[in-house]
Parts: sequence; C-alpha cells; structure tokens
Amino acid sequence: MRRTLYDKLFDSHVVRTEADGTALLYVDRHLVHEVTSPQAFEGLKLAGRRPWRAGSIVATADHNTPTQDWAHGIRDPISRTQVETLDANIRQYGAKAYFPFLDKRQGIVHVIGPETGATLPGMTVVCGDSHTSTHGAFGALAWGIGTSEVEHVLATQCLLAKRAKTMLVRVEGRLGPGVTAKDLVLAVIGRIGTAGGTGHAIEFGGAAIRALSMEGRMTVCNMAIEAGARAGLVAPDDTTFDYVRGRPFAPVGAQWDRAIALWRTLASDEGATYDATHVFDAAEIMPQVTWGTSPEMVVPVDGRVPDPDRERDATRRDGIAKALEYMGLVPNTRITDIAIDKVFIGSCTNSRIEDLRAAAAVARGRRVASNVKLAMVVPGSGSVKAQAEVEGLDLVFLAAGFEWREPGCSMCLAMNDDRLEPGERCASTSNRNFEGRQGAGGRTHLVSPAMAAAAAIAGRFVDVRRLS
Amino acid sequence: MQPFRVHSGLVAPLDRANVDTDAIIPKQFLKSIKRSGFGPNLFDAWRYLDHGEPGIDNAKRPLNPDFVLNEPRYRGASILLARRNFGCGSSREHAPWALADYGFRAIIAPSYADIFHNNCYKNGLLPIVLGESEVARLFDATLAFPGFTLTIDLERQTVVSKDGSMAFGFEVEPFRKKCLLEGLDDIGLTLRHADEIRTFEARRLAEQPWLA
Ligand code: SF4
Repeated sequence: MRRTLYDKLFDSHVVRTEADGTALLYVDRHLVHEVTSPQAFEGLKLAGRRPWRAGSIVATADHNTPTQDWAHGIRDPISRTQVETLDANIRQYGAKAYFPFLDKRQGIVHVIGPETGATLPGMTVVCGDSHTSTHGAFGALAWGIGTSEVEHVLATQCLLAKRAKTMLVRVEGRLGPGVTAKDLVLAVIGRIGTAGGTGHAIEFGGAAIRALSMEGRMTVCNMAIEAGARAGLVAPDDTTFDYVRGRPFAPVGAQWDRAIALWRTLASDEGATYDATHVFDAAEIMPQVTWGTSPEMVVPVDGRVPDPDRERDATRRDGIAKALEYMGLVPNTRITDIAIDKVFIGSCTNSRIEDLRAAAAVARGRRVASNVKLAMVVPGSGSVKAQAEVEGLDLVFLAAGFEWREPGCSMCLAMNDDRLEPGERCASTSNRNFEGRQGAGGRTHLVSPAMAAAAAIAGRFVDVRRLS
Repeated sequence: MQPFRVHSGLVAPLDRANVDTDAIIPKQFLKSIKRSGFGPNLFDAWRYLDHGEPGIDNAKRPLNPDFVLNEPRYRGASILLARRNFGCGSSREHAPWALADYGFRAIIAPSYADIFHNNCYKNGLLPIVLGESEVARLFDATLAFPGFTLTIDLERQTVVSKDGSMAFGFEVEPFRKKCLLEGLDDIGLTLRHADEIRTFEARRLAEQPWLA
C-alpha cells in the first residue's frame, strides 16, 4: 500500500491497537515547560509513579520568565513558584536536558528543541503546548497535548491516539521577494480557515516548501495548529539534514549515516492519497496582515478591512462585526492606513536567527516612528540571542530604537510583564490574535518579521516591498 | 475520573463561533500549579467588567450583565451549547478544568478543536458533536424556553429534550465511551500493557540508538 509520510510516522510508533482503532503510540521526545507540567508531575507523585524514561525529557522555563532585569529574578511570586516547581520536578526526576531560567541556552521550548538536535526526523515529539506542531518541520510526528496527557507520557512513555485524516497543502512556484514563510502560512489559513485542518495532519509540500529554510518550515508547521490541524509535516531532505548535522543531540559517525539512510525513507510514497488536498501558487501570495481576532481574518497588505454587511452567512457576519468592534476598526479601512502603538518581534513562530536577520535588514539605518511607544525584539533562545549579537543585529535594532530583550515567550501571550495595555494596537510576529492574547483589551495584527519591522519604521502597516 | 452515564441539566447558549481557550480561561490564571479552582474565572474577560488576576476575590467583582452566563435564567446550567470550532487555540487543559469546575458536564457544538476535544474526555466532560442545523434548533429552543433542559444518555448516545420533542443521536468513539462510562483511568489502563511497551522500546532503541 502506498503510504503518506504521516502514515509511516504513525505506523512506526504503534505499540498496540484497540479494537476501535485507538492506538497506543510510543513517544520518543517529551518537551516540558513550566505552565502545563506541574499538575502532571503532581499526579505522577500522588500515584506513586516515576517517569518511564526521564531521558526522553527536554525541559525549559519560557512562558513566565521576564525578558529584562534578569538580575532581579522573577518578581511575580506566582510565576516564580511555577518556575521553581519545574526546577524541583526536574531535579527530582531528571531529564536529558534542562535549560532553566537564567541558563545561557534557555529559550522557547519550540526553538531549543530543534536547535539542540533534541528534535530529529522520524521521532514522535509531544509537549503540553499546541505549537508543538513546529517540530513537524523535521519530518517528526509532533503534536500538542493537555496536562493529563503530559502525565500519561511521563508515566507510560505512550499516548492514546486515533489516526488523523491526512491533508496535503501543496505550494507550487516561488515566493516573491519580500514574501516569507509567515505570509505563506497566513495565506493558507486565510483560505482553508482556522477549522479547515481539524482532524487532519497537514503535510506541506511543493516547490515553494522545498525552497524554504528549516526556519521557514518551522514557521509554517508552527501555524498548522492555527489551521486547526493536529500536526504539520514537511518531509525531511538535505536542507533538514544540513540543519541537524553537528547539533549537540544529533547522532554522529556511523550512527549519523544510519540515521540519514532511514530518514531518507520518510517521504510520502509516489501516488499516496490524501483525504484532502489544497494547491497554492506561491507567486500569488502577498505579504499578509491579520485584521481580526482569529488568524483566518487575514488579507494581503494592499487589502482592506472587510465589511460585515457584505457577508451573507449570519454567524460569519456576526463574527466579523464582533472582531471589528474589538479591534477598533471601521469596515473598508485600508490596511496601510492602520497606525500601530507597539511592535513585537518574537515567539516560537518568528524568533529564530533568520527572522531576526530579516527584521534587522529592514531596520538597518532607519528609526522607529515616533508614534510607536515600544518596539521590542525577543530572541527565541539564548543561542539565537548570542548568534544575533555575533552578527551585530542587536546593535542594528538598538540604533533604530528597538529594545533588545532576553529570550522567552514574552508578549506572544503576555504571561510575564510584556503586554499591551487596553486598546493598544500591535504589529506582532506571533501566531495568535485572539482577544486579550497580548494583554487584556490589546489588539494584535499578525505579520512577518520584515513586515513588523517595516510597521515599526512607518508607524503603520506598509508593504515592506515598497519601503523606500 | 468521574464516570459519565446519564445527565440531565439546564442548557446555556454561547452564541459565538471559534471560542478559543484564551477566552475560556485567560492566561493569567495559568500560573496556578493546581488543577482546581478555575471555575470562578471561566470566561473571565467576558464575565466580569473589570480585569481579573489570580488571588482577587471574584465574589466582589462587577459582573457583566450582558454576558449570557450571568443571566439569572442560566444559573446552574450544566450543559453548554456552543458554535463551531469551540476550544481552538492553546492546548491548556485549564479550559476543561474551568468548565468542569464551573459545573458543566457536557458541551454541544457542531465542531471542536482537536486538543480541547481530547482534553475534555480526560476530565469527565462530554464534548458532543451535532450537526449545524441541530445545534441551531437547540439554540432556538434554549432562547425560546426559559428553563430548557436536555437529557444526555451516553450509553444510548442520545440528546433528548424534556418533552421528547427533540431527540438527536451522536457519535462517540467506542474506546472513549467505555472509559467515560466506567470512569476509567487512562494511565492505569495503559500500564496493563507495560510489557508490550518495554518490548517495543527496547527494539526501537536498539535499531535507532540516537533516540535514547
Ligand atoms: S512563544 Fe507563544 S505560542 Fe510559542 S510556546 Fe510561547 S506562548 Fe506558546
């Protein structure tokens, strides 16, 4: 039988199958962070159990950690307790690697997994975090789980799972200059909708995906969850292997050769069928800007905010009206007429070195507009930060008037002190524009790093390709 | 886990599509290291007029009179009627914890986000999928008749109104149904297969030692 990449990954991890098709899947890599793990460790403890294979765990503190004044520690006592609880749990049970608060390599869990080689092709990777889909960029079956399942993995090294349906998103052609992986995935979500991928694992393929760097592929798979998909996948190829080679936890020597031979088999068979297929032409994709409170509420930068009166479906019309009200926008406003208050460049979607390079290229020799109260750059990890500083990107940002912060999730979800005040409007490279996501009453517009930097310079949204 | 067999309860309608888990339980409440106590902050940003933070006495906060769950007629509701793609966004299990802690035992919607759907089962909260038109009819009935209640029978996989005028069947995976009916603990069930897991693991790590 011709199998898709998803089927191959699923099949190779099945320990046993129940009569109704529910499979017990073996978990190779378990990523852990402070927010969704304390109750799981507590449950484990209460049941008198221990982690099945502590060597599968890679942990970090990222959601709650501050991005400045690290010398002062974590001031919020509740956040501090949560981070200390993770410290204590890892100390008690062990892990393959732990990057605690203040560690040189601490960072966002979905950035450090790949950059340390803890994420490898062919693995199952799980984490109590929806953006675990990011790791699918390596040809790993990676998906987000809840805390009960975190405990289940800790206790049994397995998860119960039903086989998902498969979807192919094929992006042919080439992205134009100034158009990025972020624009690509926003355009996909704009077309298929935030529930378009529900129940599916999306495999991204086609020439435009092949041409993406690993950073770009991670951005795309990261947002597969915003299309409702259970997982995103890209078949591994030389781009993948070049990225993985030499990373701390990557195999070496003879094992590397064996691994590569195996990883080369991780592609959908010629003629394998999918439950759904969507085809896109990369050349038609423009830089994207979201205008509403769901990632599917997105238009090209030369577009306008929609008019609810033109929508026939009642639930949709209502959704548009509610979103516009929350966003403080008038129907038919040109996207390029929307002024912003803050800029956030960061998050597991867009905080890798390539993202920072793209933003710095726009910021170089320019100044953040006077109406922008805060433009911040938050590297995804200590390693990304160090690399950026080697390249002098920090100085480019600082000279332009951006703040250069310590790594973490930061204003992607605003659990720490980085947040929008009510009514503030933000150009953000993160992945969710939900109500209150970046702070109660805050208004988020999702864009690529280059578009965010351009918005910072102009003080409003502009087409980065036209920035003179 | 609390078993779910038959449940009758008051229905509350939440007439919005794409309700995300940030809306169900905002991030500031995720700093807790406990599993309980999230109910008072369910839908916090919609439910109260002020901004909520952990540690505040919720009983003293001003309620938003326009939010549906604050209407007296829905007090004590245990079945939430929702629109499509309910529970999208973050994987936080705090969302079903908050819904269950508030007193909901079941949700009825045309569709759910996958992770949320899965998390519900782990907490004895039944996420029922009905067709768009069936859900629309239930919205109409809930709004039209104060005190509108439904009876959910998991064994028979039915949702029935009190007078029997509305009756719908729903699908549920047999394995999940069994776990919910009997209140089975997933981990205990899985550990019955510990030997199989060990054998699988030993073979896998021997073949791909870089996974260790
Ligand atoms: S950066 Fe944002 S989306 Fe990514 S893990 Fe952190 S909070 Fe979640």
